[in-house]
Amino acid sequence: MFINFFFDLKQASLPVSLKEYLMLMEAMNKRVVDSFNVNDFYYLSRSALVKDERYLDKFDRVFGHSFKGLENSEGGTEKEIPEEWLKLMGQKYLTDEEKKMVESLGGWEKLMETLKQRLEEQKKRHQGGSKWIGTGGTSPFGAYGYNPEGIRIGQKESRNKKAVKVWDKREFSNLDGDVELGTRNIKVALRRLRKFAREGVESELDLDNTIKSTAHKGYIDVKMMPERRNKIKVLLFFDVGGSMDAHVKICEELFSAARTEFKHMEYFYYHNCLYDAVWKDNKRRYNENIKTWDLLHKYPSDYKVIFVGDAEMSPYEITYPGGSVEFWNEESGETWLTRLLNVYENAIWFNPIPERYWDRISSASIIKQIFSDRMFPLTIEGIDQAMRELNK
Amino acid sequence: MKFEGTSSYIATEDLKVAVNAAITLERPIIVKGEPGTGKTMLAHEVAQSLGAEIITWHIKSTTKAQQGLYEYDAVTRLRDSQLGDEKVKDIKNYISKGKLWNAFESNKRPVLLIDEIDKADIEFPNDLLLELDKMEFFVYETGETIKAENRPIVIITSNNEKELPDAFLRRCFFHYIKFPDPETMEEIVNVHYPEIKKDLIQEAFKIFYDIREVPGIKKKPSTSELIDWLKLLMTDDVDAKILREKDPKKLIPPLHGALLKNEQDVHLFERLAFISRRENENLE
Ligand SMILES: Nc1ncnc2c1ncn2[C@@H]1O[C@H](COP(=O)(O)OP(=O)(O)O)[C@@H](O)[C@H]1O
Ligand SMILES: [Mg+2]
Repeated sequence: MFINFFFDLKQASLPVSLKEYLMLMEAMNKRVVDSFNVNDFYYLSRSALVKDERYLDKFDRVFGHSFKGLENSEGGTEKEIPEEWLKLMGQKYLTDEEKKMVESLGGWEKLMETLKQRLEEQKKRHQGGSKWIGTGGTSPFGAYGYNPEGIRIGQKESRNKKAVKVWDKREFSNLDGDVELGTRNIKVALRRLRKFAREGVESELDLDNTIKSTAHKGYIDVKMMPERRNKIKVLLFFDVGGSMDAHVKICEELFSAARTEFKHMEYFYYHNCLYDAVWKDNKRRYNENIKTWDLLHKYPSDYKVIFVGDAEMSPYEITYPGGSVEFWNEESGETWLTRLLNVYENAIWFNPIPERYWDRISSASIIKQIFSDRMFPLTIEGIDQAMRELNK
Repeated sequence: MKFEGTSSYIATEDLKVAVNAAITLERPIIVKGEPGTGKTMLAHEVAQSLGAEIITWHIKSTTKAQQGLYEYDAVTRLRDSQLGDEKVKDIKNYISKGKLWNAFESNKRPVLLIDEIDKADIEFPNDLLLELDKMEFFVYETGETIKAENRPIVIITSNNEKELPDAFLRRCFFHYIKFPDPETMEEIVNVHYPEIKKDLIQEAFKIFYDIREVPGIKKKPSTSELIDWLKLLMTDDVDAKILREKDPKKLIPPLHGALLKNEQDVHLFERLAFISRRENENLE
């Protein structure tokens, strides 16, 4: 049952590491919870294994699945997890040396393998074996002389009045945005783009100045200066055209990472290519747009510009007036892009489509050319390179 | 050592299990949740119920990990040396202890609250990994090692503005404080105002939970705001009937300031759909 549980967690791609698994075992051994009440075990394993609320719902589902049979019986009494299981799981199944070995051998995968092997061995020895609650299969602990019939399945009175299992309530379902946890890596990559400036309270020793002034005055004259802060300023443009739907997630991640990393950041939406207007709210795109001219005047040229788009469209949409699929554009997309690039020296284009396809999409090639080759794939390396480019 | 909750703080069963796991295994616990869900208060309550000292390290965007260990004020020392101050001879005079140092040298196991860790730079937690794991650090200036006599109970709170690094998370227990459901909320309210009238709670809760559901609301009111608001209602002796008011414009005054804190939300509320829903309910 336990092994199933960990396999299931793994299968549901819940990021549980060996360290956390061992932490749970240690907590069981040290008897953090008095009785082996199922609810307590659920709470304990949850707090040891799940470190992001977005995974809580998934965890609940896996728990419910793995421990089917431990639910409250009709009489409302709560079953307990037989203590022996837990002990065996922690002690017999893996000795301290084994745990250490596993840790040094490369962690979780190896552990899983070991457990699986053990399980197979047990199965062989235990033909026909005993029936376990929930597993409907063989007792993995049979070899240790454990007889489930002999164990009392707790009759302790229910502490929770509610008849529903806690994990079946699925209280966290609205948190499961199914967002990949990729934003951290993106943030780290974005950090390349930092330009420090000293502003505010003078809190650091200015060594150069101190030496200079000391030499000049003939006594030690301490000079201070403000701390360095990231002063980078960024304009982000996101393509919200239909073909971008496939890339929504990575764009959201990039957006949320950028927002935390850059204190001075403005974002705008466009469709396929830049024309005479952009907008900030997709719902109000037609009544509340921002003229591109105004934007070029408003934000000084030391802003760094980042376009995000698949650059997939008909070439006319870039090169001809009136080429836009949505409205009559007096001037071509190329004209607008060039105008923008003339103002902002540091500009790059992120393309979520893998780099190897770019050559085959003529619109992408054209954009890349307009951007003087500064088109980068939306991968961690791509972001990394792009940030170096913007730093030039 | 076990945390069983206190008479002034409502701790759910799962929260208690997580806190006790952290206490027993001597590992940090990260408590996450919306602002106002009692994260900071939890640390104080844990300390109080265990009779332990609480040491609070409040994190800001400019906080550096080193500041939690110690800071060496070389500049003042340099200045003093010019004036021939005797203090200069002992470098210790220029080292100020950080919160971790305070916690490590405490002779009874203290509670160390690292409050709002997500406010700091994303690398901040990584910079504290080793110190929190080993509960010791080295002071280069004096060559001494500061090691915890009693591993403090470390409670870390986060409002989730930034993600925390995996390596850091793996070493901690974790608890997400779910926004209290009405039953739990009633318990919390009763802790604060044992005398409060039942029908006031009922009407106030209806409005409170409805406001939280309003799509697009900028600042969802939280537990602490509800508690402040109820206090206002009680001091002004507002009748529960007034809260049944269906015209949002008329309902706003008793809400403004406490539950609706910015103009945008007030405007949003004026155009509110849920009022009509309540109206329909009343017609039935
Ligand atoms: N479980 C609870 N029991 C009692 N009071 C609570 C509880 N949760 C929140 N409160 C009230 O809300 C206030 C704000 O809590 P606080 O700890 O500051 O929130 P956070 O740190 O999560 O932002 C507390 O001072 C207390 O009055
Ligand atoms: Mg707080």
